[in-house]
Amino acid sequence: MRYAADVATLARKDLQLELRARDTLPAMLLFVVSTLVVFHFALPAGADELAAQGLLWLALVFTALLGLARSWAPERESAALDGLVLAPCDRSAIWLAKAASTFVFLAAIALVALPAFAALFAPVTWETVAGVVLANVGICAVGTLLAAMAAASRTRELVLPLLFLPLAIPLVVGGVGASVSEEPGRFLAFLGLYDGVFAILCWASFEYVVSE
Amino acid sequence: MPALALGAAALMGLAVVFAFFVAPQDADQGISQRIFYFHVPIALTAYACFGWGALKALLLLWRKDERYDLESYVAIHQGTIFGALTLATGSIWAKASWGHWWLWSENQLVLFLVLFLFYSAYFMLRFSIEEGPRRANISAVYALFGVVLIPVSFLAIRLAENVIHPTVFTREGPQMTGTMFLAFCVAWVGITTLAYTLYRVELSGKRLDSNLRDLREALGG
Amino acid sequence: MSSGEKYVAAAYGVVLLTLLVYVAIIAAKLARLERETAELAELARRREAKQPADG
Repeated sequence: MRYAADVATLARKDLQLELRARDTLPAMLLFVVSTLVVFHFALPAGADELAAQGLLWLALVFTALLGLARSWAPERESAALDGLVLAPCDRSAIWLAKAASTFVFLAAIALVALPAFAALFAPVTWETVAGVVLANVGICAVGTLLAAMAAASRTRELVLPLLFLPLAIPLVVGGVGASVSEEPGRFLAFLGLYDGVFAILCWASFEYVVSE
Repeated sequence: MPALALGAAALMGLAVVFAFFVAPQDADQGISQRIFYFHVPIALTAYACFGWGALKALLLLWRKDERYDLESYVAIHQGTIFGALTLATGSIWAKASWGHWWLWSENQLVLFLVLFLFYSAYFMLRFSIEEGPRRANISAVYALFGVVLIPVSFLAIRLAENVIHPTVFTREGPQMTGTMFLAFCVAWVGITTLAYTLYRVELSGKRLDSNLRDLREALGG
Repeated sequence: MSSGEKYVAAAYGVVLLTLLVYVAIIAAKLARLERETAELAELARRREAKQPADG
C-alpha cells in the first residue's frame, strides 16, 4: 500500500509541475497537429487512406519522443533525481510514477490527434483507439526508462531517439496492424504482450539505471 | 589462446573445404546456395554473442563485479560485427537468388537490420556516459533489453509480413542432404570457435590497455 | 565465372575482408601498446637511475 501511495504522490507531483509551468504539453499538442498537416503535403495525390494510417502512427511515435526527451528534465535541472533515489521509497516507484504521468500526457495528445486525424484524413476505428491505448502503455514503459538512461549521458536528447526507435518498431507494427488488418485482435494481443514483457523488464531494471 | 586460434584456423579451413568440395551442388539454387554454409552460421554466432553479452550483463547486475562489464561489451561488439556480416552475406545471397539486394519478406534479414540499429545505439549510449559503475549498469540493462527485443521483434516482423508487406518470395526450408548438413555443422563449429577466439583476443587487448593505464598512473607518467 | 559464382565469391570475400580488417586493427593496437610499454619502461629506468637506493 505504501508503494501505491508513493507512486501516486510522485505522479501527482509531475502533473502539478506540468500544470504550473506548461512546458511540454502545449508543445507536444502543437507538434502532433503540425506533423499531421505536413503529412498531408507529404502524401502524393491519390495516395490511399491506408498510407495515412501508417503516418498517424509515425506522428504519435515522434510526438511521444518529443515528450520523453523532456520527461526527466525537471529532475535533472534541479538535480532532484539523486535526492529521489536516496528517499526511502522503492526506486521502481519512481519509474512507475514517471511512466504514469507520461501516459496521462500521451492520452491528452491522443485526444487531440485522433479527432484531428479523423477530420483531416480518414475515420478512426475503435481498433485504432484500442491500439493507441495499448501502444501508449508500451511507449511510456520503455520510453521513460530509456529517457532516464539518456539523461545520464552527455548527449541526452540526441541519443534518446536512437535508443527508442528500434524498440518502437514492434509497437508500430502492432498499431498499424490493428488499424488496417482484417483481424486486429492478433495485433492488439501482440501489443498487450509487448507491454507486459517490457513493463516487467523496466520495472525490475530501473533501480540499476539510477543507482551506482 | 594460441591453441584456440590454431583450432579456429583449422576449422575455418575445413569449413571452406566442406562448403565447396564436399557438399553437393544444390539442385534448385545452384552454386549460390553455398553462401548458406557461412551466412547461417554467422547469423547463429551473432545471436550467441548477443546472448553471451546479455548473460554477462545479468551477472554484472547480480554480482556487481566490474570485469563482467568489459566482457559484456566485448561480446556485444563481436555480435555487432557478425550481425553486419550477416546483413552483407544475406544481401548478396538475396541478389544472387532473386535479383534484389534487399527483400522485406526475408524475416531473418529484417530482424538483423533492427538488431543492428539497436546495438549500434548501444555504442552511442555507452560512449556518451562517463566511465564508471553507472555506465556499467546502464549498458548492462540495455544489453538485457536486446535479448528480450530479439523474440519480440521476430514476432512483430512475422505479423507485419501478413498485412503490411505481403510475401512475394518464399524460400523453402533447407532440404539438406546428409553431407550438406555435415558441411553446415563444420562451418558452424568453425565460426563459433573463430568468434570465441576473437572475443578472447579483444578481451585480453582491452585488459592490457587498462593495466597499462594503471601502471602509468602508478609511475606518475 | 558465372554470375552465381561471382556472388558466392563476393560473399566469402566480404567475410575474409572483414577478418583482415580486424587483424589490421589488432595489429595497429599492438603497435600502440608496444610504444606505450616502451615509454613506461624508459620512465621506470630513469626513475631507478635517479634513486638507486629505492629499488
